[in-house]
Amino acid sequence: MKFKDYYEVIGVERTATQDEIKRAYRKLARKYHPDVSKEADAEARFKEVGEAYEVLKDPEKRAAYDRVGSQWKNGQDFEPPPNWNGGGPQFDAGEFGFGGGEHSDFFETLFGRRTQGAGGPRARTQAAGRDSHAQIEIDLEDAYRGAQRTISLRMPVMDAQGNVVAQERKLDVTIPKGVRAGQHLRLAGQGSPGFGGGPAGDLYLEIAFRPVPHFRVEGRDVYMELPLAPWEAALGATVTATTPDGPVQLTVPPGSRVGRKLRLKGRGIPGKQAGDLYAELSVVLPPAATDAAKAAYRTFEQAFDFDPRASLKGEPS
Amino acid sequence: MSESRTVFVQTVVVEEELHLTFVELCRACGAAEEQVSALVLEGVLEPIGRDERSQWRFAGTALHRARRALRLTRDFELDPAGVALALALLDEIDQLKARLARSGVR
Repeated sequence: MKFKDYYEVIGVERTATQDEIKRAYRKLARKYHPDVSKEADAEARFKEVGEAYEVLKDPEKRAAYDRVGSQWKNGQDFEPPPNWNGGGPQFDAGEFGFGGGEHSDFFETLFGRRTQGAGGPRARTQAAGRDSHAQIEIDLEDAYRGAQRTISLRMPVMDAQGNVVAQERKLDVTIPKGVRAGQHLRLAGQGSPGFGGGPAGDLYLEIAFRPVPHFRVEGRDVYMELPLAPWEAALGATVTATTPDGPVQLTVPPGSRVGRKLRLKGRGIPGKQAGDLYAELSVVLPPAATDAAKAAYRTFEQAFDFDPRASLKGEPS
Repeated sequence: MSESRTVFVQTVVVEEELHLTFVELCRACGAAEEQVSALVLEGVLEPIGRDERSQWRFAGTALHRARRALRLTRDFELDPAGVALALALLDEIDQLKARLARSGVR
């Protein structure tokens, strides 16, 4: 297990006041909060920052963390001191965090695992289980055709002694055709179990697409890169492109510029209002690797009176 | 860790096929009824029909919006008016980005 320097994560000195810690955290939260941030690794960074703040904002947890000592460096292999007791084995966690609010192993070693929210189901005689949330990644093709997928979930459940234990569950889930990123599948009765005969909660799965190079999805519309040879872009061509729906033939008009989009109407994510598929043109230069290729580039050069930097003329260099 | 058997489950796409009652929405968000009704009062969530709270119905898309609003409320310690402003600005940014994308700028 690696040591985490929470002060370094937040970007403050070990001697920072609570106000300084809060200010630094807020700044980072505004930058990385997945609901406002467009940074690529926002979610992972926000979790890291949130975990650091959870410890440092709480004087008791901070003191316990400080007792571990300042000699450790971020990323160093770490073992907790013998007889470590970081202030109780349990803590409450929020209800609508990202990805189930899991903490790092480092955090759990020091401060224990999360428990179910406050209140305590055992206080009531009968209660419905909580609704649970998880995120699943599917392939874009699954949204085009629909699919049957087995997903594994680690869910916290209460055992007979009232302790929270992780239980692995496998669910066979139908991914409906036409589903889009950010939408939720509701699985009735698959959330946390009820108590005293109360009904189980529901499970909500938020859909995300597994990232694929050269493709991006915006709502129902799908964008794919379509690389062309210079002569295909200049002279026009009929090319075959692999789409999530299978191969299609595309007619590239002569004189196509880089960045031009060819629309394939209704070939986006299917549905009552099917999305469109856009092929975004790019041009790839073949390498001048052989004598013949070099000669071809020379011929090319001689055939044109072409200044690619004409538009920069008159500007300071 | 224990047990690992496969369970077959029916799925419903919340955004396409469901309307949620007020109580269902609160449960699905793990939020108190007061928190969610405060979002309705600020216009962050719009129930279908103007009946009283127990009669409120929400489009499935409200789930994503409510959870987002509740996360912002918690993580930035916002009040309902603050979260309403933040979401209005975020919506506007999304619309402007979509408009830029349509006109070929990214």
